[in-house]
Amino acid sequence: MTPMTLADAANLHTFVDALRFIGDHPGFLAQKALEQLELSGAALGIAIAVALPLGVVLGHFHRGSGVAIGASIVGRALPSLVLIAAFLTLLGIGFVNNMVALAVLGSGPILTNSYDGVDRVDNEIAESARGMGMTGWQIVRRIELPLAIPLLFTGIRIAAVTIVATAPIAAIAGGGGLGDVIVNQASYRLSGVLGASLCVMALSALVFVALAGIQIGVTPRGLRGTTVVHDHSRKEQQ
Amino acid sequence: MQSHWGDTLQPALVQHIELTAIAVVLGFAIAFPLALLAHRYRKLEHPIGVFSALLYTIPSLALFQLLIPFTGLTWTTVEVALVAYTLVILFPNIVAGLHSAPDEVLEAARGMGLTRMQTLTQVELPLAIPAIVGGLRVAVVSTVAIATIAAFLLPDGLGYPIVLALKEPTPFKTEIYSAGALAISFALLCDLALVALRRALAPWAARGLA
Repeated sequence: MTPMTLADAANLHTFVDALRFIGDHPGFLAQKALEQLELSGAALGIAIAVALPLGVVLGHFHRGSGVAIGASIVGRALPSLVLIAAFLTLLGIGFVNNMVALAVLGSGPILTNSYDGVDRVDNEIAESARGMGMTGWQIVRRIELPLAIPLLFTGIRIAAVTIVATAPIAAIAGGGGLGDVIVNQASYRLSGVLGASLCVMALSALVFVALAGIQIGVTPRGLRGTTVVHDHSRKEQQ
Repeated sequence: MQSHWGDTLQPALVQHIELTAIAVVLGFAIAFPLALLAHRYRKLEHPIGVFSALLYTIPSLALFQLLIPFTGLTWTTVEVALVAYTLVILFPNIVAGLHSAPDEVLEAARGMGLTRMQTLTQVELPLAIPAIVGGLRVAVVSTVAIATIAAFLLPDGLGYPIVLALKEPTPFKTEIYSAGALAISFALLCDLALVALRRALAPWAARGLA
């Protein structure tokens, strides 16, 4: 190991200043974090309300795999900055434009995974349910949805983390939140920018861990620790 | 758009391609040997996997800022972050690919007298190609997207015309749409090229797009 250089000392100092900024403004940062969570929550809610039913319906009828796969590819290729900027030009500056941009960003993984989860449920299980006299809706609600939960919730988790992690960028389009501090070094100086960055990091990690915990809770007991049973070879023969 | 091509968009596109190419090449050069290690010593796989998942939750804007005290407002800062994100995608995909050879195939290889090294190069690696290219597709496409965020630090890449346009009192729509369209087209073109590469290298692999 080389001895500590002047540059290292400067770094250490910078981060101490950043922590001091957090210690000096806990209320302000908490309020900014809440703003960010509000925006993220609204966006995630819309993404779930639109993409989840669509994915489940397409998966139930085993139709539109192209739409589901396309959503995942295009979703990844859409840079968040481009989405945020484009919706700003369409919807003006403020809450709504950012909410819609983040909702579009989150819809991709939710659509793909809910389609995949339902589509992969073994056909024989659905067939026997039909044989027992279940209607299509009952099959969806009592068989396919519970079996799809692991994949489906993974999609929601990916979307949530993506949205929370992207929300700071929305600050450039009037989104508020911790990003406001990060993009405004002129007012908050480097210590504020780094302090807010640390808070953003902690917030994302928190959301990630919280959702992983919820995922374990909502997974039907029989499916915990396993993957969804599926059989590709059979599907291809049909 | 034509009047901005020469002075703004073309240099931005070239910088964007460089940013992406450096990140993916370096990321692959680090992920590949790490994956070979994790394939050989399987105990390593889980800790590296958990570390990667947590690393990936770090928002790019925050990671860029937190690296500035170490490497300043430079391309190094941007590349360190981009390489970290590609690693997180490439490593698990390569490992999964290497693990994907069925046990019977491995036993057949042993029965034919192949050494461990020969099994790796002649059996496991070829079978891993679809998964490796799959990882590269995700890595390239997301790097193209994340590289636009570099514009918050440096006047480079396709994100910069967008960031500049957003700072105007009435945002310039032309810059936003043209730079955005270039970034998306570049990402999709890379994706198509990698699909073609997989068809050439592993024609036996399933035709699925995902």
